[in-house]
Amino acid sequence: MLIGFDSADDAAVYKVSDDIAVVQTVDFFPPMVEDPYTFGKIAATNALSDVYAMGGEVKTAMNIVCFPQNWDINMLGEILRGGSEKVIEAGGVLVGGHSINDVDVKYGLSVMGLVHPDKIYANNGGHPGDKLIITKRLGVGIISTAHRVGEATQEAMDQAIESMTSLNKYAAQCCKKYDIHGCTDITGFGFLGHLHEMVDGKLSCKVYADQLPIFPEALEYADEFLLTAVAQQNRNHVGRHVRFDKDISFAMQEVMFDPQSSGGLLIVLPPDQADALLADIQALGVPSAIVGEMMEPMGKEIIVTNLNK
Amino acid sequence: MIKVNAIGDACPIPVVKTKNAIKELGGAGVVEVLVDNEIAVQNLGKMAKQKGYEFKSEKLGAAEYQVTLTVGDSAEAQNVEDIPEVCAVVPGHKKNVVVAINSAKMGVGHDELGGVLIKGFIFALTQMDELPSAILFYNGGATLTTEGSASLDDLKNLEAQGVEILTCGTCLNYYGLGDKLRVGEVTNMYSIVEKLTGADLVVKP
Repeated sequence: MLIGFDSADDAAVYKVSDDIAVVQTVDFFPPMVEDPYTFGKIAATNALSDVYAMGGEVKTAMNIVCFPQNWDINMLGEILRGGSEKVIEAGGVLVGGHSINDVDVKYGLSVMGLVHPDKIYANNGGHPGDKLIITKRLGVGIISTAHRVGEATQEAMDQAIESMTSLNKYAAQCCKKYDIHGCTDITGFGFLGHLHEMVDGKLSCKVYADQLPIFPEALEYADEFLLTAVAQQNRNHVGRHVRFDKDISFAMQEVMFDPQSSGGLLIVLPPDQADALLADIQALGVPSAIVGEMMEPMGKEIIVTNLNK
Repeated sequence: MIKVNAIGDACPIPVVKTKNAIKELGGAGVVEVLVDNEIAVQNLGKMAKQKGYEFKSEKLGAAEYQVTLTVGDSAEAQNVEDIPEVCAVVPGHKKNVVVAINSAKMGVGHDELGGVLIKGFIFALTQMDELPSAILFYNGGATLTTEGSASLDDLKNLEAQGVEILTCGTCLNYYGLGDKLRVGEVTNMYSIVEKLTGADLVVKP
């Protein structure tokens, strides 16, 4: 067993031989969009992401389904079609699954991938001086929430869906050429929650809020107080480890605590390689940026400031 | 007063309902909101803070909280600034002096002499009419506030007179003194920088 319960990693990793380790993960959640096909794609993209965050390749996947017996079964068909498309895009094979009758819909995947035991991306392998790269824009949680109460524009929601259905596969492939010290994907704990796991009490991280890729509508909706419960739970959980400079706005803070369904990757690597990796990822059209730097411990784990004052 | 019932509503609906009620008020007034979870109370609190509304909350039952928001006349006009961090009170005529001790020795030369001198320096501080507001201990200085230091009594004396005795936590850990601190508090680089930059005069023996 290489990675299990004792770290806050994305998936379990079990070493089979000197050059093969199995990455195993499971993730499922209730719908955050109305369209079942889109929901299937988001849930699958999210579940597959954990394998990429460990540096692995997707091999097989199994469906996990909760669905009310008396609902239209075609709706379930659409969910599974969306999920299956993403497994195929990931290069994996859908090999089965399990469904149960439930009062609410939930869907996700159990995914198996492979990784070389020496090339696993742990969460917390950063060194002082390392740079932090983020992929995908932040704010899909706030936008989905605003959309649910009819306060988001269709354009904003469409962009959020586009982001949530984009596999982290391509950004993860770019990483292979570089000495990745740490990698995780951003999901329910939000940017700051997952960064807290990477810092792991052993380092501090300076974050440049003005460099973060963000959906501008997410800041607008946060200013309208379309606040999620999960963001507040994240704030309660990690807020004490974070120091915000005085010029970091309330809306910006909310976005940084915003839970991301199927969010992007957080990548930590040596400073002299960061620009090259960023250029590779940006060449794919994936929104991404260098947003911070690891430091020796400084009292607070995460210090949020602006690069350009 | 407008009453809002948001029992059974998931975030952000309690906040949305409350915003609508405040709009309905059209100016100063009170909105009373019932919610069924603590997180919703906190989210309403964040809005109140940003908007400058007076905020009160009370737990009525296992899953029932009452939040009272009082909207003032000009509450919409300006955001309330964050409450400033508490700073040490320094009388106007007095200089804010901070002492920074970065070694267990005073001066460069013979180590034994350096140890005697620093002990003398700390003792002399206790005799001053105007005491420093804080004494910072970092790097080798961290050994002076820990078990076995010859200056513990003098430092406790200073602390009793209101001088903050602060030792760098990273340094304590580095020297394996994490559980040996015998006077004052553990501090971090932020506090050290704040104390040093906020001082009128920094004294380094």
